[in-house]
Amino acid sequence: MALFQETSTQNRSDTVFKIITMSGAALILLLMAALFIQLFDSSWLSIRRFGLSFIYTNVWDPIRHIFGAASSIYGTLISTAIAMCIALPLGILIAMFLVELIPPAISKWIGAAIELLAAVPSIIYGMWGLFVFAPFMAAYVQPFMKHLFGDIGLFSGPPIGIGMLTAGIILAFMILPFITAVVRDVFAMVPAVVKESAHGMGSTLWEVTRQVTIRYGFQGIIGAAFLGLSRAIGETMAVTFVIGNSHRISTSLFAPANSITATLANEFSEASEPMYLSALIELGLLLFLLTFLIQVLAQFWLKRVKKSMGVQ
Amino acid sequence: MREKSLFWRELKNRLVAGLSGFSALLGLFVLGWILYTVFLRGFMAFNLSFFTELPHPPGMSGGGLANAMLGTVLLTILATVIGVPIGLLAGVFLSEFGQHSKFAHTVRFFSNILMGTPSIIIGIFVYTFLVVPVGHFSGYSGAVALAIMMLPVVARTTEDMLQMVPNALRESALALGTPRWKTTVNVVFRGAKTGLITGVLLAVARVSGETAPLLFTALNSPYWPTNLANSTANLTVTIFNYAMSPYEDWQQMAWGASLLITFGVLTVTLLTRFVLKERKTG
Repeated sequence: MALFQETSTQNRSDTVFKIITMSGAALILLLMAALFIQLFDSSWLSIRRFGLSFIYTNVWDPIRHIFGAASSIYGTLISTAIAMCIALPLGILIAMFLVELIPPAISKWIGAAIELLAAVPSIIYGMWGLFVFAPFMAAYVQPFMKHLFGDIGLFSGPPIGIGMLTAGIILAFMILPFITAVVRDVFAMVPAVVKESAHGMGSTLWEVTRQVTIRYGFQGIIGAAFLGLSRAIGETMAVTFVIGNSHRISTSLFAPANSITATLANEFSEASEPMYLSALIELGLLLFLLTFLIQVLAQFWLKRVKKSMGVQ
Repeated sequence: MREKSLFWRELKNRLVAGLSGFSALLGLFVLGWILYTVFLRGFMAFNLSFFTELPHPPGMSGGGLANAMLGTVLLTILATVIGVPIGLLAGVFLSEFGQHSKFAHTVRFFSNILMGTPSIIIGIFVYTFLVVPVGHFSGYSGAVALAIMMLPVVARTTEDMLQMVPNALRESALALGTPRWKTTVNVVFRGAKTGLITGVLLAVARVSGETAPLLFTALNSPYWPTNLANSTANLTVTIFNYAMSPYEDWQQMAWGASLLITFGVLTVTLLTRFVLKERKTG
């Protein structure tokens, strides 16, 4: 290239500049590769010892060095599912309220306040969850649900506040601002003409939203769901405070449980023994692979959405 | 029949509208509830010794978290010093040199993924290569973990902000015979100054409330952070340890620390918003 043929100091300094900035960019790729290699390497002891049984067996016995992480994986999946079931409809409803029902001047402020929920550090959600929300759940919500649905299955066991359901609800509040923000943008992107034609046919606002706006922005809403999902799966401190840290798998949503992140946060400092440590790092590796997969899917999906929304 | 169905449609519409208003109120209510609790309980922990003294052993009343406050500030500054320059370089490359090359696309793709990687994973990663070989926890490793979290945020916002600088500015500088690096530093950076500051603030706000990565790296300590080569006191891990302890004094102090962290992070976040708005209208 021309840069290398000319030998003036000016061009040489530019080549150096380019190489320096490039190495900054390359460092990001290097870090990503190192993440994979380090986590694999550090959990190799556990991978070789337990193989696939690590995922589906539920024995967590640090004394006999036998580890199966089913309870943690189960907890991560269920608490995330609860969070999504609450946050996705709530986010869509709030976005509808902000875009369709109130004047933009007020909508801006309410939207900003809800986005502020995302700025609150996760450990603060943990503190609030443990000392305020869990007792509230134990005193009012859980007894009420027991009264409503009976003391069986999902709602059996004592209402102690701390457990799977509380963790899921707090996670829902944490991912709500992300979902709301994306859905709001998606709703705002739907052309006014499309909505107005439906209104002109005599449809009510809800009919327009359900049959036109949501259908039009469906792909964007899926993108929002991906975003919320990857946030919820990797959330650590809030869940650790309220999930109860129990390695028993229980059918009741009121029972204490565990998640991958909570197990890591609670037990890492106790793990002095190589096999224990390796098992914990393998948990981290599983979480990493899971979020990596979701992120890759989300990025390809969003790229597709942008393309289909851009060409019109 | 017709009238009834219209009635039902109207009713359904009202119900959903009411429900959506209620949802928005619920979101605001939860935010208010959290902030109210943190401010109320946090203020009760504040007194002079809270800000000036070292923590006392459990059971002894009094003491403070001065060491943890200093530690958090030190870790955040060190992380910024490591993470921001590298992030800036990467951002400059993406905006000024990489553009549509395959390499630049790959870097963008993976920095988005790195941004979405749970912070606890970053903590474990740094643990495996900075804590295990050395044999003990250290403040330095904590700062590196935070810096890795800042890196993609700074890189992506830098790229976005530099892209907003009109190309005519670059071309006029280059036409005068200014070298590329001088053009970038003196012309492009100057044009994007507020945007770049916003990016850095955003990254600082993101990491200063983090707990999970520090749990595996800086850990915590009851002493002054005199040497970052040893485990270093910090507010967030202190909150975690104290909140889980059975001592009421400690839980009280955890609330005080929570207020400090919340106040700090929210201030920086609002500041970022303010700067961004200024730039848009100005």
